[in-house]
Amino acid sequence: MRGGRGVLTRWLIVDLLVAAYALIPVLWIVSLSLKTPDTFTDGSFIPRRWTLENYRGVFDNPDFVRGLINSIGIGLIATLIALVLGTMAAYAIARLDFPGKNLLVGASLLVAMFPQISLVSPLFQIERTLGLFDTWPGLIIPYITFALPLTIFTLSSFLREIPWELEQAAKMDGATPFQAFWQVIAPLAAPGMVTAAILTFIFCWNDFLFAISLTSSDRARTAPATISFFTGSSQFEDPTGSIAAAAVIITVPIIVFVLLFQRRIVSGLTSGAVKG
Amino acid sequence: MSLPRERRPISDEKAAERRLALWLCAPAALVMLVVTAWPILYAVLLSLQRYDLRFPDERGWVGLANYGAVLTDRFWWNAFFVTVFITAVSVAIELVLGMLLALAMYRTLIARGAIRTLVLIPYGIVTVVAAYGWKYAWTPGTGWLAGLLPEGAAPLTERPSALAIIILAEVWKTTPFMALLLMAGLALVPEDLLKAASLDGASPWQRFFHVTLPLMKPAILVALLFRTLDAFRIFDNIYILTGGATGTGSVSVIAYRNLIGGLNLGIGSTMSVLIFLTVAIISFLFIKAFGISSPGTQEAKR
Repeated sequence: MRGGRGVLTRWLIVDLLVAAYALIPVLWIVSLSLKTPDTFTDGSFIPRRWTLENYRGVFDNPDFVRGLINSIGIGLIATLIALVLGTMAAYAIARLDFPGKNLLVGASLLVAMFPQISLVSPLFQIERTLGLFDTWPGLIIPYITFALPLTIFTLSSFLREIPWELEQAAKMDGATPFQAFWQVIAPLAAPGMVTAAILTFIFCWNDFLFAISLTSSDRARTAPATISFFTGSSQFEDPTGSIAAAAVIITVPIIVFVLLFQRRIVSGLTSGAVKG
Repeated sequence: MSLPRERRPISDEKAAERRLALWLCAPAALVMLVVTAWPILYAVLLSLQRYDLRFPDERGWVGLANYGAVLTDRFWWNAFFVTVFITAVSVAIELVLGMLLALAMYRTLIARGAIRTLVLIPYGIVTVVAAYGWKYAWTPGTGWLAGLLPEGAAPLTERPSALAIIILAEVWKTTPFMALLLMAGLALVPEDLLKAASLDGASPWQRFFHVTLPLMKPAILVALLFRTLDAFRIFDNIYILTGGATGTGSVSVIAYRNLIGGLNLGIGSTMSVLIFLTVAIISFLFIKAFGISSPGTQEAKR
């Protein structure tokens, strides 16, 4: 490498800038969540006095705990269903020849770009009529819909790369079609499914618009919506600490996913979008 | 979809393959169709009615009166231009910043994996969480950023500064996504080509603008389309940061307010339809002007 140490120093500075960009806003929320009530308004980036009281308070709040359970349950169910339906469609797109393939890909792209607010008014009314308003299925159904393009794109580009000759080879060696699929192809497809599952779960976990529009109580309200309704345990109490602590709690799973699956998330996000 | 049963030269195997494909795709296609196409048609129907849930007895067909009401309403046009403004400014900033970020992630010689991981944090973080972070950061007294402003400033309650903070929050959260798409485009530029240009005496700037950028054009256009349409539906950040006060509401925010706050299904649905049409026009223009094709068809051309 030309330049040697000078080049490395320059990249180190660039890296530090990127790290600061990504981390400072997150560290600020963490810091806020650790401040004591009397130091909230000191405007300091680093807490002067530390406490875990905000976290204890937030876990004592039944609304938030319920919101967390709703978020996890709704997110997992929607992810699972989207994954099953998406895998089926992605397999067909990647492996089979059929009329209407481009139509399906185009339609998925349309759904991915669909302005969600346009669905809120009609869905609000339809779900009220069908009794789905303020229930888990009432949120799971739109989540599946908007997650499907994501799973279809991620998985179809992934499945295309799988060496399918292996399946044939396994059959030649005497494996049944089921064995060939389950023992040869499934392990190869698993990383793609994990990627799609993570992206889908992050999408459901992140949603706010549907969560506040299609719910009216803690029956189905997910954590981000619950947080936006925090008012503090009494009208004199400032909800800042609880909001910050709750915010940190719902950020933790995302950080864990990102740390564990960085490479796959990157490849999943860019697959489908840029192919040439 | 039934296949023609004539004596076409379609082998049994081919027909079986098609049948399997249709069965495999049907559930996903059906879900997407039922949950998007049906509601949008229903929204069109609702938009032609006077339908206020507070006065359900006054329900009735009013033709295009709702459209007239919305399209002559200055709050709607304010929200419309606020949305266009936020979209244009944030996507422009994101393109430049995203390109720098993509180059850093792609080229850095130190801790490449760690940097790519860190960049995913803003992408993954819940928008509401990030929005609260920015809100408190700019709240006088509480925030570390508000302390940098002159005494007595209340940035979130004045329109220009509130819009700037909304754009900041939006840019921070979505630039990583832009950067990842652009990074995938960077990977398509052959190293040999850059080396050759370098041997011919091209400066780094010339290499970037005359070799890298033209080759990245498809990736850039796709990233721009994705982000433009996504930015146009901005809701979470505004809802948390200002609640749409002092004229900072986007079209999504005022449509939501009309529905949930006002319980006016007719007007709310009219806005839904108008937003849908706007998004359709934007995508149409992008596709017509730049010839962006969907991933599937690009695959076919390769």
